[in-house]
Amino acid sequence: MTSRPAALPAETGPPRRRRRRWPPLAAVVALAFLAFLAVLAVLAPVIAPHPPARVAMAMRLSPPVFAGGTWTYPLGTDSLGQDLLSRIIFGARVSLLVGVCAVLISGGLGVTLGLVAGYLGGALDDVIMRIAEIQLAFPTILLYIAAMATLGPGLEKIIIVIGVVGWVSYARIERGVVLAVREQEYVTAAQAMGARTGLILRRHVLPNTMAPMIIVASFSLATTVVTEASLSFLGLGVPPSIPSWGSLLADGRDYLRQGWWITTFPGLAIMTTVLAINVIGDWLRDALDPRLRV
Amino acid sequence: MTAYILRRLLQTVLVVLGVSALAFGSMFLSGDPTMVMASESWTREQIEEFRHQMGFDRPWLVQYVDFLSRAVRGDFGDSLRQQQPVFRLLLQRMPATIELALAAMLIALGIGIPAGILAATRRNTLMDRLLMVGALIGQSMPVFWLGLLLAMVFAVTLGWFPVAGRGGWNHLVLPAVSLGLFSVAYNARMTRSAILEVLGQDYIRTAQAKGVPWRRVLSRHALRNALIPVVTVAGLQFGGLLGGAVITESIFAWPGVGRLTIQAIQGKDLPLVQAAVTVLATIFVVLNLIIDLLYAVMDPRVRPR
Repeated sequence: MTSRPAALPAETGPPRRRRRRWPPLAAVVALAFLAFLAVLAVLAPVIAPHPPARVAMAMRLSPPVFAGGTWTYPLGTDSLGQDLLSRIIFGARVSLLVGVCAVLISGGLGVTLGLVAGYLGGALDDVIMRIAEIQLAFPTILLYIAAMATLGPGLEKIIIVIGVVGWVSYARIERGVVLAVREQEYVTAAQAMGARTGLILRRHVLPNTMAPMIIVASFSLATTVVTEASLSFLGLGVPPSIPSWGSLLADGRDYLRQGWWITTFPGLAIMTTVLAINVIGDWLRDALDPRLRV
Repeated sequence: MTAYILRRLLQTVLVVLGVSALAFGSMFLSGDPTMVMASESWTREQIEEFRHQMGFDRPWLVQYVDFLSRAVRGDFGDSLRQQQPVFRLLLQRMPATIELALAAMLIALGIGIPAGILAATRRNTLMDRLLMVGALIGQSMPVFWLGLLLAMVFAVTLGWFPVAGRGGWNHLVLPAVSLGLFSVAYNARMTRSAILEVLGQDYIRTAQAKGVPWRRVLSRHALRNALIPVVTVAGLQFGGLLGGAVITESIFAWPGVGRLTIQAIQGKDLPLVQAAVTVLATIFVVLNLIIDLLYAVMDPRVRPR
């Protein structure tokens, strides 16, 4: 028997035939759109044509430029004469900030708990998974509403609430993947060599469970953006002083007849953002792990 | 089977306990529920009197046990704003919410499943692509925005349907469509991929090889198996729709539990919020239990040994 160089892939396991492939056009467009949105959000004070909170009662409910308005207010104004375009640009800040921060919190919490539950098992596993079940038994929107109703509106509050509530899907999927990874030979080898649990988890288990977590994170980013908008629409999200897509829609609701644009454009902003995230999520899922396909 | 049912029942009791603890605990998130509900004009004595009256000056555990033992008997205390028992208010509003959720469910299944079948059987055609893009857009559309758009176009501008309230079937159309569309999109995508997966199975090839006509292969062999997961999810969806109704109801002024809850939040009527959350979540849990049990009866593979 000749010894084989260690660099060659083992003969067991499926043949690797992963070609480097470009993402589909839809995913490229979606990525470009999100990048554009991120730039808008960061540079909002520079890009926005007006300060978002500048009231001009004389110009209230002025229509968008293509519907008889002026270029001063390209997308029209709201009931206080505030520039809708500027408010939408500033609203992107809230949506992206809440989305990214909340996903980081729930991802961190969920992955840690799932990792521990799956690797250590036992009573801790039971407790974590029972709590997850209880939480899943709750229609999530009710949980958000109950929490925000007592806490009151606030940017940090909504980030923390969405972040903390969102851990379940990460934890459950992470745990499932860990159960499989735990049995792999490289983990057994590390255990046999006397590596400490913390090190095994960080070095060997966690990196091999990242693909599904990235997919979960992309879809949960989409739901987070919608959740924030919904709560702000109900007056339970960010305080009215901060322009957010959801609170813009709440304003438009009273002017369905006189100001269709107040309802239309912020909603379009939410929908295209969520659509872009979903397209990327679909692509990531197909590329990283087709088994997760819904 | 009896052992499974018993274990599942026990599990449900535990989950309901957890749900009640969450609903109870959410009241204390801000630290002091008395201050959340207190009016700004109250004197310190009035606040302390209110605290005592609500029982917030007792230890947490005592309060929770008291909350639980009363909740089991359907007593969630009185509403702070409407001088009535909270539970009675909820019961009055419940039929409207269930009516709305059922209508949305009907739309979700009645459109979602056929669309999924159509897409799967015409895989990679223009029809498939259009349906799937439509479904992706439908899933990306916030329910409340869809509701506002529908109200703006079909109620305010065209005047085909009433803007708000509950009455005949025409009051139901817009809220039900806006509540159900997300699930339509979800069901369409799930049905499509479930059918595609089943179509790759050996028994489908066997049936085809035997010369069974394609339509019959689809209806007898493919659909029956593909729809099992779809139906399971449908049960969960109904619970989700009950929760989602909170938003839809407040847009269309639909007099259900959801609108009552939002009004209670605005009026800082925490006992009502707490009761609404507990009752809706409990319905959701019980629904899940029923589905699981039905599922075990229908599909022997699920039945644990």
